[in-house]
Amino acid sequence: MSAPAGQRPAGSTLGVPQEGAANSTERAQSANTRHPLPREGGRGDGGLANEPSLLAALSAVIRRDLLLAMRRKSDVLTTLFFFIIVVSLFPLGIGPEMAMLRQIAPGVLWVAALLATMLSLNRLFAADHADGTLEQMALSAVPLGVLVTGKVIAHWLLSGLPLALLAPVLGLQFDLASGSLAVLVVSLLIGTPVLSLIGAVGAALTLGVRGGGVLVSLLVLPLYVPVLIFGAGAVEADLTGLGATAHLSLLAAFLALAAFFGPWATTVALRIALE
Amino acid sequence: MNWGSASEFFAMGGHAFYVWGSFGACALLMLVEPILAKKRRSQALIELKREIRANQDSQDETTS
Amino acid sequence: MNTRLSTRLSNWFGYASPATFYPLAGKMIPWFWALAAVFGILGLYISFFVAPTDAQQGEGYRIIFIHVPASWMSMFIYLVMAFWAALGLGFNTRLSGMMATSLAPTGALMAFLSLWTGALWGKPMWGTWWVWDARLTSELILFFLYIGFIALQSAIDDPRRADKAGAVLALVGVVNIPIIYFSVKWWNTLHQGASVSLTRSPSMAQTMLLGMLLMALAFWMYAIAVSLTRVRAIILERERHAGWVEELSEVQS
Repeated sequence: MSAPAGQRPAGSTLGVPQEGAANSTERAQSANTRHPLPREGGRGDGGLANEPSLLAALSAVIRRDLLLAMRRKSDVLTTLFFFIIVVSLFPLGIGPEMAMLRQIAPGVLWVAALLATMLSLNRLFAADHADGTLEQMALSAVPLGVLVTGKVIAHWLLSGLPLALLAPVLGLQFDLASGSLAVLVVSLLIGTPVLSLIGAVGAALTLGVRGGGVLVSLLVLPLYVPVLIFGAGAVEADLTGLGATAHLSLLAAFLALAAFFGPWATTVALRIALE
Repeated sequence: MNWGSASEFFAMGGHAFYVWGSFGACALLMLVEPILAKKRRSQALIELKREIRANQDSQDETTS
Repeated sequence: MNTRLSTRLSNWFGYASPATFYPLAGKMIPWFWALAAVFGILGLYISFFVAPTDAQQGEGYRIIFIHVPASWMSMFIYLVMAFWAALGLGFNTRLSGMMATSLAPTGALMAFLSLWTGALWGKPMWGTWWVWDARLTSELILFFLYIGFIALQSAIDDPRRADKAGAVLALVGVVNIPIIYFSVKWWNTLHQGASVSLTRSPSMAQTMLLGMLLMALAFWMYAIAVSLTRVRAIILERERHAGWVEELSEVQS
């Protein structure tokens, strides 16, 4: 595992110009660093070595996507600032009355998180589709589902996790108590992976389709409704003193369902798009 | 029978707008949709015939 | 390989090939129209002349005779659509994808009618055009799902890819519909929203149920007739270059 990591272009991200040409060579290079990995599965002796190599492929995909995202920090930061701005707009539109703001805080934060996640869905597969990496992945020895799972995890690490960590700061704008802030973070930590998993299906379906960016919101947002209800509901239940355990456990159930079906549906959709 | 007269029937006990608004919209849409579907088929037929005629014409030209 | 597989499957499924299904559908359509008319007339007769005036809601409650059947059909059509889509995805039959595509607009129409009649019912009953009632809300989301399906299919130019992508979306939707419904219901009860309760005498409930069933049958037959009409158009559009299409009598004349 350490060898391919060492091959990666190690240039400091500060010195790398953010240009298309430089970027595409980096993409190609880091795609190559991933490439030898699938063969480890074939090299391994028997079924025992199979499982670690799948995990290796998974972590390789995650690390590759994170590395690429580090090269283009602006993408990640744009989503985060979108989240911050949308949440900050609501008090301006509704008025600074704290009692009202406290009441709408869970819904506002969750809807903004939903929209921010959706904005970032396009970059999930688009770049890999454009430079042919996705087709290599589909042909590699590692099951596409594993690679897709890796990409979704990377997407969550880059969009859902920062949102969840940033949310308490924004919650302070809405005068949420520290207990509710904790529930908000936990609900976002459980809920945003579901958003990434469902969103991946939509992103795969609209891959290379005209008007894909708007279309994906049309496909994905109705499916986000249960997560929104229970995510915002958890914070609200805590605010009203009902306790958020029921909501959070249902969110966890959604996560289990989505983790089971999501990558599989995404794989099918990707194969359709690549045909 | 619930209705003493036709005007009573159309008044619907004061809810005429809501009742006839629903049933009217339903009837209208269920009239328009089949017409659109039939139109789509006849359009497809027209294009098919045009295509076939064009093919025949080009074949005639090559043979003659 | 695809065509060989589909011809083999068309032997299994009998009428699964567009060439055999096209004339068969043409013969079936008038029958379904007739059934729709018969059930519709009977249902309308019961809903306007047999069912008595509601003690609480007056005559306004008669909207239920199209509101409930439209809601039922909008959900049922989504299930049927997902069934055809799954069949098309699993067995690679051309006709199933066309059936799913042809059902979507009718399902969206039913969902829209359900929302429209729900609003017109809500105004006299609850005083507002829209209430965030569990059933109306999930109907709205179902409408969005239909719109998403139609938009996805019309954005993809290659019909085979459109069929398959639509199938994946329909199946994801079908898994989600019960989850959406129950979460909306939970949300609704927590917020103590309006709930639709029609209190009436048991004898009346019987005639009401009969009226709704007859209207639902009429809507069902209508949906079959109109989607068969549309699927014939889709077959002609897609199978344009197949030999059997050129031999059809309506093309020859």
